[in-house]
Parts: sequence; structure tokens; C-alpha cells
Amino acid sequence: MTRQRILDLYFLDARHKLIEIAAFLDRVERVEGNADFRLDAFRDALAELADPKPDKAKRVLMAFSDTTAEPIPAATTKAACGAWPGRKPAVA
Amino acid sequence: MRFIEPHAHMVSRVTDDYRDLVAAGCAAVSEPAFWAGFDRSSPQGFYDYFCQITEYEPKRAAKFGLPHFCWLCINPKESEDVSLAQDVVVLIPQFLDRPTVLGLGEIGLNKNSRNELTVLEMHIELAAQHDLLILVHTPHLEDKHKGTRLTIDALKNNRRIKPERVIIDHVEEHTIELVLEAGFWAGMTLYPGTKCTSSRAIDMIERFGPERLWMNSACDWGESVPLAIPYTALDMRKRGHSADLIDRMIYRNPCQFLSQCPKFKLPGS
Repeated sequence: MTRQRILDLYFLDARHKLIEIAAFLDRVERVEGNADFRLDAFRDALAELADPKPDKAKRVLMAFSDTTAEPIPAATTKAACGAWPGRKPAVA
Repeated sequence: MRFIEPHAHMVSRVTDDYRDLVAAGCAAVSEPAFWAGFDRSSPQGFYDYFCQITEYEPKRAAKFGLPHFCWLCINPKESEDVSLAQDVVVLIPQFLDRPTVLGLGEIGLNKNSRNELTVLEMHIELAAQHDLLILVHTPHLEDKHKGTRLTIDALKNNRRIKPERVIIDHVEEHTIELVLEAGFWAGMTLYPGTKCTSSRAIDMIERFGPERLWMNSACDWGESVPLAIPYTALDMRKRGHSADLIDRMIYRNPCQFLSQCPKFKLPGS
């Protein structure tokens, strides 16, 4: 497997997904109202892509993750929402 | 192409899916017990469900010549009620001798609560007492990394649990190393949106090697793809992977893990 082969196989799909991300941010920024921790986490995760170090997918996943170690006292919901509200934004 | 679908919630799929699985080369399916999308109201609800996956689903699969196996538990989403969970766990042993029951699953955590952990530990102890295989569900999205670490600790805390008899499913890039380094099997789930894609699963195979890895669709009542495994096999072929590696990933690896239960026998084997 070469870099050229990976580009041949996946470039168009990745390009499509990047445009979707850009359009999502345009959409969120275009409308009024407050955002929440999910957008902060999203921006932190995006910043990981600019870092040339390997394991970008892992770092993106961790940017959305609960990094605490202890079980929570009780489950008050069943669903996950995609980002952890306890995370302090790294990107201002 | 032959493959095993080791994690599919066939109770929530129409019979056409059995036909399509077999036509695509599926040699066996295994079905962990899971959340129905609503909370069952009593232990009797679970009893009926266990009857469904040990009696009715194998008959439905057999119409297409497909061996159907299953796993039993009270799933993590219904584990906040410890009293209910205790009553369900007490029911499980009467089903363990049924010919298609492979072990306990999909046990695990959902929101990583104390009660969920207590119920997980009950299941782990039951598995240790009966020397059962374990299939673990790891939480969704932001809860996955923490839940995987808590689950690994809970498994390691029971010294009778042998890591090679446990598969920790739904791994992603931030949890796969934790699982493999602890000696467990790791499952990559090809489920749209909330879990892995075929390209990422193949990346993980390339990075970590094929040892102790399997793939599954975890198809259920949500938008999911019962044929995700053969589709991923095609993607592996596009990347130039050998027929031998593909066969190992989609057939021989799941057979290797599941065959640790003597009940897992395929026709002609």
C-alpha cells in the first residue's frame, strides 16, 4: 500500500466529509443563540487535525471523551450525546 | 466468501436479513442479549426474551440453514436498577445448558454509574463460577474510554477470569490498545455514525495485526448494516489485503474465539 493508493481510494470520500464539517460550522455560526460544550469539544477535536503528530483519530476521540476515572453516582439518562460536558475547552 | 457474524441482534431484524446473510456467505450468527429500545418491566420480560433468543431465533435462522448462537445477560442500559438486575441474573443459570448459549453478553457499562458497575461485577462473578465466555459492550461516544478502563479493571479484579475468554467489543482507536495490552480480544463494530467504519477497522488491523481481533455489524433496530462484514472484506480486498488475511479476520478469528465454548460447532466441521 502506498500513499498514492490511499489517496486514490479515500481522497474523494475524505474531501466530501471535510466539506460537510465546514458546512456544519458555517451553519452553526450563521444562526443566533448560545452554543454549548459540544461545540467547544468539536473545536478542540478539530485542532487535533492541525497537529502533525500521528494518532489523530485517537486524539479526536479523546477530545470528546470523559477523562475521569470514577463511576458516576447514578445514570440519569441512557443516551450519550457525543461530547463530555465536564471538559474545559482547550481552544478559546 | 465465508464469514461469521458474531454480534447481531437478529430479534430486531426481518427474516430477509437471514436470507441476505446466508447468500453473502455467513456460516453462523451469534446474538448477544441487549436493550430492546425500552425498559422491560419485570424479570419475566427477560425470561421471555431469553426464551426467544434460545428457542425461536435458532428456528428462524435454521430456515436458511444458518446456525444461531446466543449470549445472555441484563444489558447495561437496564442495569441502573440493581434489584431488577439481581432477579434477572438469578434466572440466567437455568438457560446455560441450552444448546446454543455460548456465554454471558453483552455485559458492560452504559453511563459508567456505580449501579451499572455492580451489575457488571455480578455477571463477571457468574461467568467465573460457570467458566463462561464473556462478550462485553463498551459505552457509546464520550463514555467509551472511561467505560472501557472501568470494565477492564472489573474483569482483572476477578482472578478466575481468563482474558483470552473475553471479547471487549465496540473498540475504537482510543480503546483498542487498552484492550489488547490487557490480553483480551477486541471487537471492531461496523455501525454507522456511532461506532467504527470499515476503513477505520482496516486501519486498526494494519496497525495492531490480526491477533485477537474480530469484526461485527451489531445490527439492530437502529439504522445498521447486517452485511457490514462482507462489505468490509471487499474494502480489505481493495486495499490489497490477501484472501488469507480476510478469511482470518472474518471467519477464522471469530471461530477461534467462539470455539472456546464447546457448543460452537458448525455443520461439516
